[in-house]
Amino acid sequence: MAYEAVIGMEVHVEINTRSKVFCACSTAFDAPPNTNVCPVCLGMPGVLPVLNREMVNKTVAVGLALNCRISRWSKMDRKNYFYPDLAKNYQISQYDLPLCQEGFLDIEVDGATRRIGITRAHMEEDTARNTHSIGGGQSGVDFNRAGVPLLEIVTEPDLRSADEVYAYLTMLKQILEYLDASDCNIEEGSLRAEANVSVRPVGAQTLGVKTEIKNVASLHGVTKAVEYEIARHVRVLDEGGTITQETRGWDADRGLTFSQRQKESAHDYHYFPEPDLAPIVVDEAWEQRIREGLPELPAARRSRFSDQYGLSTYDAAILTATRAMADYFEATAACGADPKQAANWIMGDLQALLTLSAMDIRACPVQPDALAGMIALIDDGTISGKIGKDVLGEMFATGKTARAIVEAKGLTQISDADALRAVILEVIEKNPAQVEQYRSGKEKVLGFLVGQVMRATQGKANPRLLNDVLLAELRKP
Amino acid sequence: MAWYGKTAHELIEAVSQRQASAVEIAESYLGRIEAVEPRVDAFTQVWRDSALEQAARVDARIARGENAGPLAGVPVALKELLCTVEGETTCASRILAGFRSPYDATAVQRLKAAGAVLLGKLNMDEFAMGSSTENSAIKLTRNPWNPECVPGGSSGGSAAAVAADECAFSLGSDTGGSIRQPAALCGCVGMKPTYGRVSRFGLVAFASSLDQIGPLTKDVRDCALALNVLCGHDPMDSTSADVPVPDFTRGLDGDMRGVRVGLPREFFTDALSGEVREHVEATVKALEARGAELREVSLPHSEYAVATYYIVCTAEASANLARFDGVRYGFRHPEAKTMLDMYVMSKTGGFGPEVQRRILLGTYVLSSGYYDAYYLKAQQVRTLIKRDFDRAFEQVDVIAGPTSPTPAFRFGEKTADPLTMYLSDIYTISCNLAALPGLSLPCGLTASGLPVGLQLLGRPFDEEMLLRVAHCCEQLRGGIGKPPLA
Repeated sequence: MAYEAVIGMEVHVEINTRSKVFCACSTAFDAPPNTNVCPVCLGMPGVLPVLNREMVNKTVAVGLALNCRISRWSKMDRKNYFYPDLAKNYQISQYDLPLCQEGFLDIEVDGATRRIGITRAHMEEDTARNTHSIGGGQSGVDFNRAGVPLLEIVTEPDLRSADEVYAYLTMLKQILEYLDASDCNIEEGSLRAEANVSVRPVGAQTLGVKTEIKNVASLHGVTKAVEYEIARHVRVLDEGGTITQETRGWDADRGLTFSQRQKESAHDYHYFPEPDLAPIVVDEAWEQRIREGLPELPAARRSRFSDQYGLSTYDAAILTATRAMADYFEATAACGADPKQAANWIMGDLQALLTLSAMDIRACPVQPDALAGMIALIDDGTISGKIGKDVLGEMFATGKTARAIVEAKGLTQISDADALRAVILEVIEKNPAQVEQYRSGKEKVLGFLVGQVMRATQGKANPRLLNDVLLAELRKP
Repeated sequence: MAWYGKTAHELIEAVSQRQASAVEIAESYLGRIEAVEPRVDAFTQVWRDSALEQAARVDARIARGENAGPLAGVPVALKELLCTVEGETTCASRILAGFRSPYDATAVQRLKAAGAVLLGKLNMDEFAMGSSTENSAIKLTRNPWNPECVPGGSSGGSAAAVAADECAFSLGSDTGGSIRQPAALCGCVGMKPTYGRVSRFGLVAFASSLDQIGPLTKDVRDCALALNVLCGHDPMDSTSADVPVPDFTRGLDGDMRGVRVGLPREFFTDALSGEVREHVEATVKALEARGAELREVSLPHSEYAVATYYIVCTAEASANLARFDGVRYGFRHPEAKTMLDMYVMSKTGGFGPEVQRRILLGTYVLSSGYYDAYYLKAQQVRTLIKRDFDRAFEQVDVIAGPTSPTPAFRFGEKTADPLTMYLSDIYTISCNLAALPGLSLPCGLTASGLPVGLQLLGRPFDEEMLLRVAHCCEQLRGGIGKPPLA
């Protein structure tokens, strides 16, 4: 039987405010255990939460970027359950009136656009972190993470494949990054994605039994886990079995999902409105202020890059993958570099250098104006593109300008025909056999002779001129 | 000299006139505590050394010619559920035995900054749940007017200590009458300010939407002085109101002419004990003689107040008390081997029966499937109760009635049946549900020598009107004297 997968995503992202959502403690990630804590986030007796305004600002910004309706009036609620990582034994969250509702995100898979419904995005506090490796048969709780602001973004069950899940998460990450709302670091846990997966016969209207995949530590892992889970559902159903509603984990080493927790019944969290916090009223003026402050979002920037700079869809997508990359590209173009060349250098050699040194483009030692300067030297024939590669490497390592490097190392291209001819004649004289081969019709030998000239000039020969002069000399009887 | 018999405003006067030093006053009160505590048992902790140090610092500031604050040298004691760096903060519960708070409640910080001298902490019903202080896990507190009677509750220690002259005034907290009812039963003045007037930061929460800190004092002027220090917006409490704070002493002597006093028909029924009714009515009549206009008003939904209250407050309490789990602080059952055991055994062993009863009730009313029928319905009725008051306050400036249906009752009289105990708060509860200010002041003694309290309720943030009417009552009826303590 042919099946269709139905997938909904729940994504938790830590919002990168400087202080926690209900107290003034730092949200820094790698502080020693229990150092970014105070009576409020430790749930000491008598303390009260105070909502971080920046959290509301960033949530509204994300909501607007996801085409959500922003609730004029919303509130926080208490979600009650007992666990040692939850200081108050209730989590302050949003239940029936989330700040952002009914949005959508358009994703692209294989050139087609699909609209994914966003059910809601709501604010809550992160929990502490339990560790069971402190020895002595004891468990430890690190409250540094307790009270870090979290945004939970929930989709409609609109996704149909693992590729769509990957595209959705990538786009979502991009948007969050453009908004400077989250670091989206899946390894550090600042982005946690859970997938609800079910399958049904193609054409069926009702939903199949779902399983929930949790605790996957990478974007590719989520995609693979979803892929695996879809195949597992289909296999089980085809074999006449039934799917059990449960939470499943992902074993990345073995590449399979495994049962973690059977859902006995829906958990009763005894939700009720948080009496310690006033309702959140985001009026039109507030929403408008945030709307006006939104940066150009990835989709818009992508299509503008194609239109304005004449880039291919593919190049535009790569260059807009992160806001920093797109800013870098535009700054380079603004310094006068040819956009297509700038794009090639950034996506090619520069990206390779960054990857090699595990560096983010925001920390790139070659500033956009320096890159533009290097490209200008190629444009005006001072250096060849080949030399440019070396020069860029040197710039990256030393932070010097292209011109300084070219001058210091005497890398200026030989564009003087007479000077070049002298070298060429020498090469012809030293390689009579190859010259004879060429003249008798073996034109492939030309590459060897060019290489010899390049070697003799330490690569500084102007390639076009070299070609012209060499051919002219070879044709001479 | 026996400074302990004086009011706060008399002490402030004496200190400013250099008739007494803060240390002399503190010593006088500490001596009084020593003398009468065996008979009253109001205190859970007495901070003798730190009190004398604070007093010495006040004296030093005065000696240097500095302003030592509006309450310079006034000895104050605190309900056991206010967080203090000094001593312990146990909420009179086993589950917090030995707990030391890392910070001072905002109200405590304000008292310290005003130059008050903190004497120690006072007994209460465990986590403020009760109306007789019999639910304390620490001790029984006796009514200074009759050692066989309860002091009321939950701020029973706060009321008894003031009545017994063991402090100039005290702080209590009021969720459904916990300041006003013990004030009435012990014969002192107790004010629950408007919700949001006083920061709740550092008040260990019982029911967050109802709790409010307030003073218990020897007279109405002291109440105004205390409010001057306690009230005001606190950025640490999102529910604290950012409204101007007047000098509450300024309007005390205002005229009664034209003041409209509302008498709710629902408060003067057969349920009201004869002597209480007589004293309340006599006081109200005296007000009329001074030019106040009496009007009957109706609060038709007040019959649902107790039921509504016990849904809202237990629901909030079930979440507020969840944090006492033995994980980070407080009592952890030594025999618990698993996580679930740790929760169940620590809570079962740490909380007393009334607290457990309310946690269970609150958990039940919030259960999915019951939420609409209980919690949501209660919130709707709460709105109706508030509307009753809004309508009444269109016709009157203040509402007067009894604070408690009966004077102080005997130990054990109501402990067998929780519902009977809950009805002690029948007149005080709607004030919290409607977030209004309420005040109780003594208006007479019964034949058997027990104080009777008159309750005044006002518009939100109109504590001034309550104080003005209360001050007039006090002038008209005179004091009730001092309890018969040796």
